[in-house]
Amino acid sequence: MADELPGLDHAVLNDDDQRQLYRLMVAVRHLDESAIRWQRQGLIPGYAPELGQEAAQVGSAYVLDMSRDFVFPTYREMGVARTVGVDMVEYMATHKATWHGGLYDPVASRFAPIQAVVAGSVLHAVGWAHAQTMDGTGGAAITYFGDGASSQGDVHEAMNFAAVMKAPVVFFIQNNGWAISVPTERQVAGGSVAARAAGYGIPSLQVDGNDVVAVAKATAAALAHARSGKGPSVVEAMTYRRGPHSTSDDPGRYRTLEAERADAGEDPIQRMRAHLTAEGLADEAFFGEALADAKAEEERIREGIINLGSRPGTEMFDFVYQEPTTALKAQARAWREESEHV
Amino acid sequence: MSEHTTLSDLEAARNNTRDAAAQLESVETIESASDGQRQIPAADAPATEEPADAGPAIETLSMQQALNRALSETLEADPKAMVLGEDVGQLGGVFRITDGLQRKYGENRVFDTPLAESGILGMSVGLAMAGYHPIPEVQFDGFAYPAVNQIICQVGRMNYRSRGKLPMPITLRVPSFGGIRAPEHHGESLEALFAHVPGLKVVSPSSPHEAYHLLKFAAGRPDPVVFMEPKSRYWQKGPVDTAGTGYSPEGARVVREGRHLTLVAWGAMVARCVQVAELAAEDGIDIEVLDLRWLKPIDAEALAASVTKTRRAVVVHEAPLTSGLGAEVAALITQHCFATLKAPVERVTGFDVPYPSGDLEDEYIPNIDRILFGIQRVLEYRRG
Repeated sequence: MADELPGLDHAVLNDDDQRQLYRLMVAVRHLDESAIRWQRQGLIPGYAPELGQEAAQVGSAYVLDMSRDFVFPTYREMGVARTVGVDMVEYMATHKATWHGGLYDPVASRFAPIQAVVAGSVLHAVGWAHAQTMDGTGGAAITYFGDGASSQGDVHEAMNFAAVMKAPVVFFIQNNGWAISVPTERQVAGGSVAARAAGYGIPSLQVDGNDVVAVAKATAAALAHARSGKGPSVVEAMTYRRGPHSTSDDPGRYRTLEAERADAGEDPIQRMRAHLTAEGLADEAFFGEALADAKAEEERIREGIINLGSRPGTEMFDFVYQEPTTALKAQARAWREESEHV
Repeated sequence: MSEHTTLSDLEAARNNTRDAAAQLESVETIESASDGQRQIPAADAPATEEPADAGPAIETLSMQQALNRALSETLEADPKAMVLGEDVGQLGGVFRITDGLQRKYGENRVFDTPLAESGILGMSVGLAMAGYHPIPEVQFDGFAYPAVNQIICQVGRMNYRSRGKLPMPITLRVPSFGGIRAPEHHGESLEALFAHVPGLKVVSPSSPHEAYHLLKFAAGRPDPVVFMEPKSRYWQKGPVDTAGTGYSPEGARVVREGRHLTLVAWGAMVARCVQVAELAAEDGIDIEVLDLRWLKPIDAEALAASVTKTRRAVVVHEAPLTSGLGAEVAALITQHCFATLKAPVERVTGFDVPYPSGDLEDEYIPNIDRILFGIQRVLEYRRG
C-alpha cells in the first residue's frame, strides 16, 4: 500500500533541518529525563515519559504546517508539543496537576488539550479534518496514539469514518512495544497496526520509528496525501518505550533489564548523532551546544513550573459551561462562602 | 436490528402512536392564559384552519413536522450548523425528522455517517473544535450507550478541559422514551444518566410548539444539549406559534393551573398528566401540571412556586424509579417547600426493570390509573 503515498523523497530535509531535528531530540530527551527527576523531587506528582520515542515524535511533528494543521495528542506527546512550539510550562502544567488539559491555548497552539482517554481524540481528528475539507483550508489533522490504543473500537470507527469521508487525517501510531505491562504481541493481532489500513482501503507505511529522518519523510508523505484530497493514511512508527509507562510504573514486574536492552534497539539520538557525524554535518562543538541549550531550556521550564501557582478554585466552576446554570452558580457561591469565608 | 429499521417497522410504530393519539386527542396541551404566555388553542380547535382568528403565525404541525421545521430554519440561519447521523440524509431519518434537509442544504451540511454512534459523537467533537455547530442524531435512545464515552468524557468536558477555548455547541438529538412497541433498546429514558454529567444540558419537549422552539433554542446554544424527543408524540398534531410571541424557552412551564396538587412531568408524560388532571377535575380535584422541559438545569424556582401554592406534588417519569430524576425533583421540592408540604413527594415511574417488550410496556409506563393512585396517596396522607 505504501506506493499509494507520495514518494518518500517528498520531504526535502536539508542540512539545517537535520541539525535542527537533532537539537530538538536532545531538548526533548533532556526535558523528559528532567521531568522524571522533578517527580522524584516532589515538584510534580506524576509524568508519562517518552524516553526512546524522540525520533517518532520530533520527526513527525517537524514536517507539520502549523499554519493550517492541527495536532490531536494523547498524554505522552511532549516531544510533539515541544516541536510544534507549545509553551512547555503551560504544557507541563498537566503533569503538575494544575489543569487536566494543560494551560496552553489549544486554539492558538493548534494542539488539542492533552487527552487522558486512550484513543479518545482519534475521532476528533476525523471531525476536525472533515471540516477542513468543507472549508477548503488544505489543513490536515494528525492524531497520535499507541499500540495499546489501537485496540479501542474508536480507532476502528475513526479509520472507517475517515476513509468513507476521505478526511485529511494522518493516523500516527507510535508502536512502542508496550501498553503499560502488555507487550504488542498480546495487544495487536497480526503484529501491525499499519496492516489494518488495507482493510479500510487507505495507504499505510510502517517506518523505523527510531530513525528521525525516515519518520519525517513518511509523515510528510502522509500529509501530502491528505492535502491532495486523497484522504487518510496510516503511519506506524516502530519504536520502543525505554522507560516506565509512568512515574508510578515498575517495569521490573513485567520485563527484565536484559530484555529491555535487547529489544530497545539503537538509541535514536545516538543514531542521529552518528549520522550527522558521518555526513560531516555536525561536530563535537555542535553536539555540546545542543546539550547546553537543552539544559538552559530545562532550567527555564523548571523555574516556570516552580512558579506556577494553583488555579483559583473558582475555575472549577468557570469552565463547565459557556452559559453556566443557576444551580452551578449557586454551588460556586456556596463553595466561596464555605471555603473562602467571604 | 434497530439500525436496520424498515419502513414497515416505522409504519407499525406510527400506527401504534396514532392509536394512542386517538385516545388522547381531546387532551392536547392546554396553555394557561394567566402565565403571561400567548393563548394557544388546543389541537382539535379549528383556529389553525382560520389563521385570521389565531394570528398568522399559528400553524397545526405534528412534532415531527415542527422539529423538521426547526432544523431547517436553524440550517438556514446558521451557516455553521450541520446535521449528521445514521440515515439522516436521503432517507430523512427513520422518523423523518430530517426529511428533505439534505436536498435543501446539500450533502456537506446534512450527511449520513457510517453506523457507529461513538464515531458520530466523536466526529461532532472535532467538527465543533473546527467551529461548526453539529446537530448529530442518535437514531434511538438505546444507541446512545455506545457513544457514552464520547458524550461524557469528551462532549461534556472539552470546554472545561480547554478552559473555555473549545466550546462544544453540539445539540444531540435522541428519539427517546417508550410507547411505540419497538424492539429492545428502542425505548430507553436516559435523562438521569445525562443530567448527572457535568457540562451537559438536557431538555425534552412535550408538544409540537415546544419542540419547535426548544430545538431552535438548543441549537443556538454554545454548550452541548441533549435533546430528548418523545418519540411516541412525533405524530400528534398541535398548534405551533412560530412567531413565539411571549414564549420563553428557558425553565419549566405551567401547562395547566390547579390548586390542590402539582403533577411534575416532561416529554410524553406531560400530555398524560394533563389527561389525568382532567379526570381528577371531575372529582373536584384541581391539579396543576408543570412541564419541567429542562431536565438540566431543573427550574427549581418554578417547582417551588407551584408546590408552595399546591402544597402537594407527584412527579411522573418513564425511567426506572431508583436514582431517577424524580428523586432530584423530590429533593428540590422538599428543600424549598418542606415547611408547607402536606405530604411526602410521590414518584410514579417506570420500574427498576429493563424496558419490557411491547406487550408489557403499557404496564411499565406510568398509566392513568397509577398516576391517580399516586395522587390519592398524597391526598390521603396524614401525618403521625
